[in-house]
Amino acid sequence: MGLEEYKGVFVFAQQVDNVLDGVAFELLGKGKDLAKDLNTEVTAVLLGSGVKGLADQLAEYGADRVILVDDPELKDYRTEPYAHALASVINKYKPEIMLVGATAIGRDLGPTVSARVKTGLTADCTVLEIGDFPLKAVAGQEQKHNQLLMTRPAFGGNTIATIACPDNRPQMATVRPGVMQKIAPIKGAKANVEEFNPGFTPDNRYVEILNIVKAVKTTANIMDAKILVSGGRGVGSKENFKLLEDLAEVLGGTVSCSRAVVENGWLPVDLQVGQTGKTVRPQIYFAIGISGAIQHVAGMEDSDLIIAINKDEDAPIFDVADYGMVGDLNKIVPALTAALKAEMGNK
Amino acid sequence: MNIVVCIKQVPDTKGGVKFNPDGTLDRAAMLAIMNPDDKAGLEAALKIKDETGAKVTVLTMGLPKADAVLREALAMGADEAILVTDRVLGGADTWATSTTIAGALRNLDYDLIITGRQAIDGDTAQVGPQIAEHLGLPVISYAQGIKVEGDSVIVQRQFEDRYHELKAKMPCLVTALSELNEPRYMTPGGIFDAFDKEVTVWGRADLKDVDDSDLGLKGSPTKIAKASDKVPKGAGEMLPGDSADELVSALIGKFKEKHII
Repeated sequence: MGLEEYKGVFVFAQQVDNVLDGVAFELLGKGKDLAKDLNTEVTAVLLGSGVKGLADQLAEYGADRVILVDDPELKDYRTEPYAHALASVINKYKPEIMLVGATAIGRDLGPTVSARVKTGLTADCTVLEIGDFPLKAVAGQEQKHNQLLMTRPAFGGNTIATIACPDNRPQMATVRPGVMQKIAPIKGAKANVEEFNPGFTPDNRYVEILNIVKAVKTTANIMDAKILVSGGRGVGSKENFKLLEDLAEVLGGTVSCSRAVVENGWLPVDLQVGQTGKTVRPQIYFAIGISGAIQHVAGMEDSDLIIAINKDEDAPIFDVADYGMVGDLNKIVPALTAALKAEMGNK
Repeated sequence: MNIVVCIKQVPDTKGGVKFNPDGTLDRAAMLAIMNPDDKAGLEAALKIKDETGAKVTVLTMGLPKADAVLREALAMGADEAILVTDRVLGGADTWATSTTIAGALRNLDYDLIITGRQAIDGDTAQVGPQIAEHLGLPVISYAQGIKVEGDSVIVQRQFEDRYHELKAKMPCLVTALSELNEPRYMTPGGIFDAFDKEVTVWGRADLKDVDDSDLGLKGSPTKIAKASDKVPKGAGEMLPGDSADELVSALIGKFKEKHII
């Protein structure tokens, strides 16, 4: 079978409890760009139970077509049967590109499916583009055009690698949530839905769900925040985060934190920014009492404006900050809050 | 029961990231350690051994110097160690790596295979699920709790806002999170014993049901087009001032300049 049989950009539309995950819309946004370069279409693959009602939402965010696999076996995520469903869709529809969000689901589903259909998978991509492989023509080696070039950080964020998958299809990538941009939704768009049933036969690989325990969500989603006031170990205590909350309130922002804060039990893990936490790109990111370990910086360096407050002038956070302030956060943060309050009041 | 734990030797990206004067990574100066998620997986296996008397085998694929992490695992309490090493295995992506490890595992009796969720050098989290796929096993990744009950394992599987308690019949594969436990230390006696033990070394010829075309760089569907050490974004401006008030007024000035306020 020739690689040219594989056409189109496919996006795995992750849903949990019949609510689409934001990363599905982000992937559609990116998928549209890639499809335009390849002169093809974007297809969303929607797997679940009773999820047909979500299809129009996918159309609003740019899906030209929705392939729907709706089966009771797909009610809650399990590696099997989800891997069976997605691999069957790939085998039948033969996409050229298959994008999956790098969520706790996508990072399980992606590798399982890539091994099943025997293709390459690049993890946690931050840049996707269409180009040539090899990048520059090499004598004696065929240069292939219209390849998916997948760029990702590796080695704890210290290295950037661009990866291609020239000889296998589909070209698969998982993509970090928060990195790609959604399009402005086209209100009232109607999905072109194609239903597909690959058949489900439980075998030894179907695990049993004994219990589902949901963590209480008490906090705003830091990935959607325009302004983040983020604290690290230097904040000193759980109580001291009040200073950051006050600043966030004046600016209409949200408090987030580094891993050290979560490990100390000061704030919950869903507020954690960084390699093992969330990737954020707000308009303004305050890094307060955060040293700036590479694992943290990997999650926030694309913020539009980074302001660092730290008592240690050699802290690595100043290497990525647009504005640095060296001093005692216990004095600077309240003074800043008061000054901003006064400025806003003047308007 | 037989437990096989797949471990990887990685450069320590957490402790001290070292740079050369030209700004590139100084890999030689960084310590090589047992990957943290793998170590948690090993600890989980050793706990099951403490309770049930299971036999724990550790397996790694890498250069001969990866022997060090196998010795460490033996000193923590693993029973046997296997090093898979061969020139033809070099340059493998996750697909070829998982194919290789699956080929090695086919020689062993296993009820439970444990891997880490991800290695801190590649950060892909792909090899565990792909090994399971090659061996046709059920996989549960992101384990924050593992226990054995009869012929099944019960695993707390972590998601962003919840966990699922899952039950899989053995044989199966579980990928472990470092949050799972606090790995035990090596004991002095364990260290002496670890160096008396024989580490089994396997090469290409010991991989079962694997084609040459599926190994190493040649067998890797993904190819690196370009790799570069990351160029840090240029440092910004340090705001002037010794007191909080001076610093804050400097920042407010910048905010006004940029029409943020």
